[in-house]
Amino acid sequence: MKNIQNTGLILFLFALGVFLSLPFTGEFKLTKTEFDSFLYNRNINNELLVSSFEKEIIGQEFRSSFAMSSKIVNALNRTNAEHKRKQQWDKVIWSKPHSFAYDIIKASQGNLAEKTDILWWLTFGLGILGSLIYILPNAVLLGPPGIKNNGIWHHKATNRGWIGWSVFVFLTVFYVLLYFFPDYIVNWVYLVDPISNFINGNDASQWFLYGFLYCVVMTVMAIRMYIKYRNNNYQILRTTSVLFFQIVFAFLIPEILVRFERPWYDFKNAFPLDYDFFFSWNLEQLLAGGGFGIFILVWGIVLTLIIVPIMVYFFGKRWYCSWVCGCGGLAETLGDPYRHLSNKSIGAWKIERWVVHGVLVFALVMTGATLYSYFSGASSVLGINTQGIQDTYGFLIGSVFAGVIGTGFYPIFGNRVWCRFGCPLAAYLGIVQRFKSRFRITTNGGQCISCGNCSTYCEQGIDVRAYAQKGENIVRASCVGCGICSAVCPRGVLKLENGPEKGRINPTEILLGNDVDLMKLLNKN
Amino acid sequence: MQKSAPKKAIVIIGNGISGVTAARHIRKNSHAQITIISEEHPYFFSRTALMYVYMGHMKFEHTQPYEKHFWKKNNINLIQTRVESIVTKTKTLNLSHGEKLVYDSLIIATGSKPNKFGWKGQDAKGVMGLYHKKDLEALEQYAPNNQMCKRAVIVGGGLIGIELAEMLHSRHIPITFLVREDSFWNKVLPEGESELINREILEKGIDLRLNTNLKEILTDENGQVRRVKIQETEEEIPCNLVGLTAGVSPNIAFLKGSGIQTNKGVLVNRFLETNIPDVYAIGDCAEQKVPIGERRSIEAVWYTGRMMGETVAQTLCGNRIEYKPGFWFNSAKFFDIEYQTYGWVWALPKRNESRFYWEHFSRKKCLHFSFDKKSNVFLGVNTLGIRLRHEFFNAVLEQEKTIDYVLEHFEEAVFDPEFYPTYQKEIVAQFNREQKTTISIKKKHWINFFSKATPSS
Repeated sequence: MKNIQNTGLILFLFALGVFLSLPFTGEFKLTKTEFDSFLYNRNINNELLVSSFEKEIIGQEFRSSFAMSSKIVNALNRTNAEHKRKQQWDKVIWSKPHSFAYDIIKASQGNLAEKTDILWWLTFGLGILGSLIYILPNAVLLGPPGIKNNGIWHHKATNRGWIGWSVFVFLTVFYVLLYFFPDYIVNWVYLVDPISNFINGNDASQWFLYGFLYCVVMTVMAIRMYIKYRNNNYQILRTTSVLFFQIVFAFLIPEILVRFERPWYDFKNAFPLDYDFFFSWNLEQLLAGGGFGIFILVWGIVLTLIIVPIMVYFFGKRWYCSWVCGCGGLAETLGDPYRHLSNKSIGAWKIERWVVHGVLVFALVMTGATLYSYFSGASSVLGINTQGIQDTYGFLIGSVFAGVIGTGFYPIFGNRVWCRFGCPLAAYLGIVQRFKSRFRITTNGGQCISCGNCSTYCEQGIDVRAYAQKGENIVRASCVGCGICSAVCPRGVLKLENGPEKGRINPTEILLGNDVDLMKLLNKN
Repeated sequence: MQKSAPKKAIVIIGNGISGVTAARHIRKNSHAQITIISEEHPYFFSRTALMYVYMGHMKFEHTQPYEKHFWKKNNINLIQTRVESIVTKTKTLNLSHGEKLVYDSLIIATGSKPNKFGWKGQDAKGVMGLYHKKDLEALEQYAPNNQMCKRAVIVGGGLIGIELAEMLHSRHIPITFLVREDSFWNKVLPEGESELINREILEKGIDLRLNTNLKEILTDENGQVRRVKIQETEEEIPCNLVGLTAGVSPNIAFLKGSGIQTNKGVLVNRFLETNIPDVYAIGDCAEQKVPIGERRSIEAVWYTGRMMGETVAQTLCGNRIEYKPGFWFNSAKFFDIEYQTYGWVWALPKRNESRFYWEHFSRKKCLHFSFDKKSNVFLGVNTLGIRLRHEFFNAVLEQEKTIDYVLEHFEEAVFDPEFYPTYQKEIVAQFNREQKTTISIKKKHWINFFSKATPSS
C-alpha cells in the first residue's frame, strides 16, 4: 500500500516537474499576419510600435516566452515613452505591458500549442492520476472511519516544515504569475485550449486555465476529504455541495454563457465578494445584454440584499462560506491539510476584526464612488479619482489579498486567511450571523475537558474551547460552520445547530452538573 | 456582583483544572490576592490532552487554554516550585530552596499520581505512567517510533491504559495490553459495552490479554526495561516500554506531619473544608468523609474537579456553600468510539433496576438504559458511538421522567452532528418488543424546524 502511494507521489511530482518546466521551453515566432490581425482586432494604429516590432520581434525565433515578453514589453514601453514625450496621448497604449505581451504571445502560437494533447496528459493527466494513486490507498491505510489527525504536527508538509514552505513559494509564485505576468505562463494556457474550445468555443485565457485548474484541484482534494471524513455525513454533503457549485456555477455555466454570447457570470458570486459587479463596464454590458442582462443585474442585487441575509438568519453564514462559495470550496479541499495553522490568539482576533471590516468599508466606499461616477458622469469623487480607487482595490484586495496571500499562504497561516481577514462578503455575513441568526454551535452542558482539539482545528482561528469549557454556546461572526470542531471533539461536546434566537447566547456562571442554586447565589451577592 | 474588600492571600497548590477553576472563580468575585503553585509546569494545561501531543494532533502549547497574558490581566500570580511541607499553625508553606510563603486561605489541589503496586522493576528506565508532562517526554524518549520501541506493554485496563494504547498505536508500535479483569473496564461498564470495547481493541491489532496480571519487570544491564513476566503463565514478553496505568491515587505525600487529616486523600466535609481552618482540598486529592449519594469518596474525574473549584471559590468569597455535584455524568473515548454517560448505569444492575440494551448492527454503537422496574423512572444511560445531549438528560433526571418519555423524545436527546443517521425507530421498536409496550415516537411537525435546538424540559 505504502509503495502504491509512493508510486503515486512520484507520478505526481513528475507531472509537476513537467508543468514547472513548461514556461522555460518552447519556441515562439510572431508572423507579420498574426501581428497585423492583432493590431486590427485591438484597433491599434501606431507606426512606431509596428516599426519597432518589425525590427526586433516579427519573424524572430524566441526560445521561451520570457525572451519574447521582454522584447515586447520593451518595445511597448519605448513607444509609449516616445509618444508621451511628444504629448501624442491618443497614440499611447494604456494596456498593462505584461497583459499586452500575453495577448501577442498567445496569438503567436508557440510550437507547444501543437502538442497540447500529449503535454496535457503529461501534466494534468499524470498529475491527477498520481494524486489519486496517492490519495485512494488512504481508505485502507488510515484504518476504520474516525478522526485522522495522527502525525499532522509531526509532518514537514503540515507543520510549517520545509515542504510547507516549498508549497507556499510555489503557490505564491503561481498567483503572482497568474495575476501580474500572464505572458510568462502562456505555455500553461495552451494546455487547456482544446478544453476551452470544446466548452465555450474560444481559445483559453489565463482565467480559463485558472478556473479549470481550480476545479481539478478541488475535485481531487474533495476525494481526499471523502476518505478522511467518511465517518461524517455533514462533511461529505458539504464537500459535495462546494464541489457542485464550483464546477457548475463558477465554471461551466459562465463558460457556456460565453458560448451563447452572453456575459460571463457566476450566479452564486455575491457582491461585495464580486467587487466589480457595479463597475460601469459591467453595468453597461448587462444593460446592453437585453432581458438576460437585466435578469443578472436584478439577481445580483437580490442575492446580496435579500437572499444572503435571509439564508444567514436561518442557517448561519455557513450556507455560503462552506457550502457554496468557491474561495471557501478551495479552502475546504486543497486547504484542509492546513486548517490547524490559523492563529488563535486574542491579538489575531483583534487584527481580524479591524482588517476584515476595513475591507468591507473599502469595498462599499469604492462601490459608492463607482455608482456616483456612473450616474453623474464625474470621473472623481471628493477629488479622488474613481478609477484610481477601483485599481487600488483590484490590485490590493482582488489580486494580492484574495489570491497571492489568500491561497499562497495556506501552508503558513492556514486555509482561511482570505475568508477570515479579507473577504468583504464574509464580513457582511458575519455581522448578520452575530446579531440576527438562528445559528450557533451548541456546547453540550458540562462535558468539555478543555483538550483544545476544537480550537486547534478551527480554520477561522476561533478559540472554540474558550467558550466550550465555560458551557457557553459559540456565536461568532467569523464562524463559517465547517463543522470540524464538532468532528474532532473527543467528548461529543459541540454541535452546529439552527434554533430559536432565545437562549442562543447563554452566559453561564456555573457549568451544568454542579448543582449550585443559582437564584440563591444571585440573591446573596 | 459586589467584590469583597479585604485583600486576603489565597494560595492554591496545584494548577490543574480544579485549582485553576477555583482561581478563576475567586477572581470573578473578589480582589483577593491569588497565588497558584505548581512544580510541574508554570501554566495550566489540559492533562487530558497530553495524548494528542504525542499523536501529533496538537502541539503542547495548544493544550493550554489561556494565553500567557491572561494570568497577568487577572492578577493571578503563578509560581513554579515545589511545596515541601505545610505549617498550619503559622499558615506557612515551606517551598523548595528554603523559601517560605504565608497564606490566609489554602486550597490543596494537587491531583493524583499513578498507582504502583510494588512490582519488581517498577522504577526501571522505560517504565512510566501517563499523567504528568514528564511522562509525555519519557514517551518521546523511549517510544518515538516502532524502530526504537519494538513492543510496549500496558498494565491496567482503565481509561488511561486505553489512551496510552491509542497513543502508541498511532505510531504503529505493537502493544500488549494486560488487563486484570475478564473484560475491559468491566467494573464500570456493563457487559455489552465492555465487550464492544474489547472488540474495538482487538480490531486495532492490539494483543489484549484479559485475566492477566503483571508479575515483574525485567531489566537489562543498563537498568532499562527488557521484558515483562506474566503472573499466571510465567510467560515473558520482550518489550522496550511498560506503561503502568492501573489507576491513580491522591498526590498528598507532602502533607505528612502537617496535621491535616488524610486517609487515601485529604479528608474534607461537604464544604470541602479540611479539619484545619482555612485549609480546603478539591479535585482528585480530596476525599469526602461521607460519600455523596452513589458517588465514590474520591473522584478522579475532570468534571468533579472543576465543580469543586467552582464551589470552593464561592465559599472563599463569602458565600459558603456545600459541594453539591448534580447528576452524574462522564465521558471518554476508546480509540474511535466515544462514550458518554448520564445518571447511573452500574456494571451489574441493582435490584430495582430494569435494563434495556440496544446495539447497532455495525456492533460499534450501543445504548444502555437503566430505569426503575416499578415506576419506569429513567435512572441512567450509557452510550457508545452516539452523542447525547447533557441538558436533556439533566432535565429528565431532575424531573424524574420515565423511560417512555426519553424514548418518545429521543430525537431531542441526540447530539450527533447534522445529517447523521438516526436510530430512534429501531430502538423504540426493539424496546416495544422486549418490554411489551406500545411507545410511539412523538412526530415532529414540520414547523418544529423553527425550534429545533430547544431541549424539552
